[in-house]
Amino acid sequence: MLRPEGLAHLVGPRPDGVDHALDLLERLDLVLARGLARTGPEEARALTGLAVATAASPLGHAVGDAVGKILAGAGDADDLTVLAGARTAVLGAVHDALLVRLDEALGRARPQPGGAHPPTGVPAAHPAPAAHPALAGCRAWLQELAVVGWRGVDHDIASGGEQAVAALLAEPALRRPAVLLDGLTAELRAASPIASMTELPARRWADLWARGLLLARTAGTGTGPAPEPVTGRLLPLGVDVHEHPTAVQLQVHGLLEPASGGPTRLVRWTVGAGKVDTITGPGLWQLFADRPVLLHALARGRSIEVTDLPLHPTGDLVWDEQRARPGEAADPFTVARVALADATGGVPAPLDRHPVHLREPVLVEDCAVMADGPGPRLRLGDHSLAVDLDHLPSCGPLTAAHVTGADACLGLLRHDGREWVLQPLTVRTPVKRRPTVIGTGEWALGPTDPKVAKALARTGDPVGVLRERAGRLLRA
Amino acid sequence: MVQHPDGVDRRSVVDVLPPVMPRSVTKVPFVELAEGRLAGVVSSGSDIGRVYVSSISAADHGFTCSTNNNRPCGGLRGSMCKHLHALVTEAVAQYSVARVARYLGMPGADDLADADEVLGALRGQPDRQPAAAVFSRFLRHLTYLGLPPTAEPVPELHWFPARRVRP
Repeated sequence: MLRPEGLAHLVGPRPDGVDHALDLLERLDLVLARGLARTGPEEARALTGLAVATAASPLGHAVGDAVGKILAGAGDADDLTVLAGARTAVLGAVHDALLVRLDEALGRARPQPGGAHPPTGVPAAHPAPAAHPALAGCRAWLQELAVVGWRGVDHDIASGGEQAVAALLAEPALRRPAVLLDGLTAELRAASPIASMTELPARRWADLWARGLLLARTAGTGTGPAPEPVTGRLLPLGVDVHEHPTAVQLQVHGLLEPASGGPTRLVRWTVGAGKVDTITGPGLWQLFADRPVLLHALARGRSIEVTDLPLHPTGDLVWDEQRARPGEAADPFTVARVALADATGGVPAPLDRHPVHLREPVLVEDCAVMADGPGPRLRLGDHSLAVDLDHLPSCGPLTAAHVTGADACLGLLRHDGREWVLQPLTVRTPVKRRPTVIGTGEWALGPTDPKVAKALARTGDPVGVLRERAGRLLRA
Repeated sequence: MVQHPDGVDRRSVVDVLPPVMPRSVTKVPFVELAEGRLAGVVSSGSDIGRVYVSSISAADHGFTCSTNNNRPCGGLRGSMCKHLHALVTEAVAQYSVARVARYLGMPGADDLADADEVLGALRGQPDRQPAAAVFSRFLRHLTYLGLPPTAEPVPELHWFPARRVRP
C-alpha cells in the first residue's frame, strides 16, 4: 500500500544522477528532431555528451567511434544502432534508479538480477544474428528518419514505414518490431508534414526509434532464461489496456499464490490481437472471445486456478486457456489489502529497463483526487501524485468522474517526463451514494450500462463482418 | 496538459493520433484519409461478392466510384452515387465532421454540422482513378484480423495506452 510516508519518499528529491541523465536525453531528443544531416555545435555537444556519459561502460569504445562517424557525416545503420543502444543504456540507468526508489517507497521485495554486471540495453559483445530480410527494411527506414530528423518527415517518408511493416508482419517471430513500427508510422503519417507541428513528441518518437533499431538487431532471436511452470491461484488486481490502430493488448496485473506454498508473486499475463482502427471502445473485447476464462474472470471479479502455466522471471505468465479454470469471487481491494504489500515483484528483462515500462500495481486508500489546478492530483497526507485521467480505456466503464470521486484506488505507478503518475485500473467510488468497485475490465463480457450496450449493438459485429469480407475478398 | 515553451514534449506517452469512433462496418467496411484522398470500400447491396471502391480527392474534390475490378459504377452519372454518399457518411462517423472537412480542405471546416453539409460543400467533377491502390490498401487492412492472437507480451505497447474516446 502507498502510505503518506511512502509517497513523501517517492516524490522527494530525485535519485542522484537522474536529472543529469534526463538533461542529456533532452539534448539528444533535439538532435533527432533536427536530423543527423544537420548537425551543428549543439548537436555535436549532445552526441559527445552521450559518448562521455557511456565512456566507462562496456559500450564506451563503440559509442565514441559511432559518434565520431556520425558527426563526420559517415554514420551507417550500425553506428545508429550503437547510438540507440547508448541512449537506451542511459535510460536503463534512470529506470533502475527509479525502480529502487519505487520499491523503497512501497516496501516491495524484488530479487536482484543475476550476474556481476547487470545487462546493458544492447548486446554489443554479441555477433549480429543473421538478419531477417524484413529487419533490413526496418533498419533502412529508421536510418532515413534519423538523417532527415522528425522536422523533415513528410507523407512520403512516413509512408515508407508501411512497406517495412508489411514485411515484418509476415513473420510471426517479428511481431514486436512490426507492432512498434506500425504505431510509429501511423503517428508520423497523421502528423505529416511535421515541420509545422506544435508540441513535437520528441522524447516519445526518439524512444520508439531507438527501440526499433534495437529490436531490428535482437528480435526473433529468443532471449532470457526459460520460464518455470507454476500452479496455483491467480488473483487479478486490474487490467491495463494498450491500443493503437492495428494492435490491442490486455495486460492483467495480479497476484499468484503458488499451490506449493512460498511467497505470493506479483505477476501479469498478457493477450494480444491484431485489429483495425474502427474496432475500438467496448467492441474491443470481441477480439478475445476465444479466451472465455480470462474474460469471465475480468468481468465477474473472479480468481483463476492455473496449472503448469509458464512464468518468466520478469513476472510475465504465458496465458493459456487450457491450463486455467475459473475460481471464486475475489474482490481486488481485499486481495490488494491482504497480499499486495508482501508480494515479490519480477525482474525486468534487459531491454525493458526503460522508465515507460515502470508500471507497478499499487493500492492507495483514504486518498482524495483533486481535479482542479493544472492537472488532476491524488492527495495523500502532505504530498500529492499526478493522476492520469487521459488513459482510462474506452472499452471499460471507468470514467474521470469515478476517479475524482474515489476514496480508494488500485492503479499502476508510472513515471513519465520527470514525474511519477498514477494510472487508475480499479477504484472504489460512490455510485448513488453507495461505495462501488469499478474497474477497467468490467465490460469484458459486454457493457453492463444499457446505453453503451445499445450503442455497441448499433455497431454490430465489426470483427465478424470484416472477417467475412476478408474471407471472401482475400480468396478472390 | 503540460505546455512546453520550446514546442517540444518531453514525455514518452503522448496521444499523437486523433481518436477514431467505432462504427458499423456492414455497409462500408473500409474508410481512410490517406494519399491525398478520402477513400473507402462500399459493399454492394445486391451482390455479396462485389464491392465498390469510392474516393474523393482532397485537392479538387474529383470523385470516382468503380467495382474492385475497375468497372465504373452505374450510379455515377455526372453526380455522386449512393456509394460516395455512404463513404462520406461513414467517414464522418469514424473521424468526425471537422477532421473529414479539414482533410478535404473545405473553408469553414470546423463549422460544418454533419455529413450532409460535407456532401453539400463538395465542388468536384467525376474523374477516373484506378481502384487498385485503394483496394489493395483495404486488403492489407483486413490481414490484421487474420494475425494469430498472442500470449507473448509486446512491451512496446506500453507506449500506447488505450484512452477514453469522447464522441
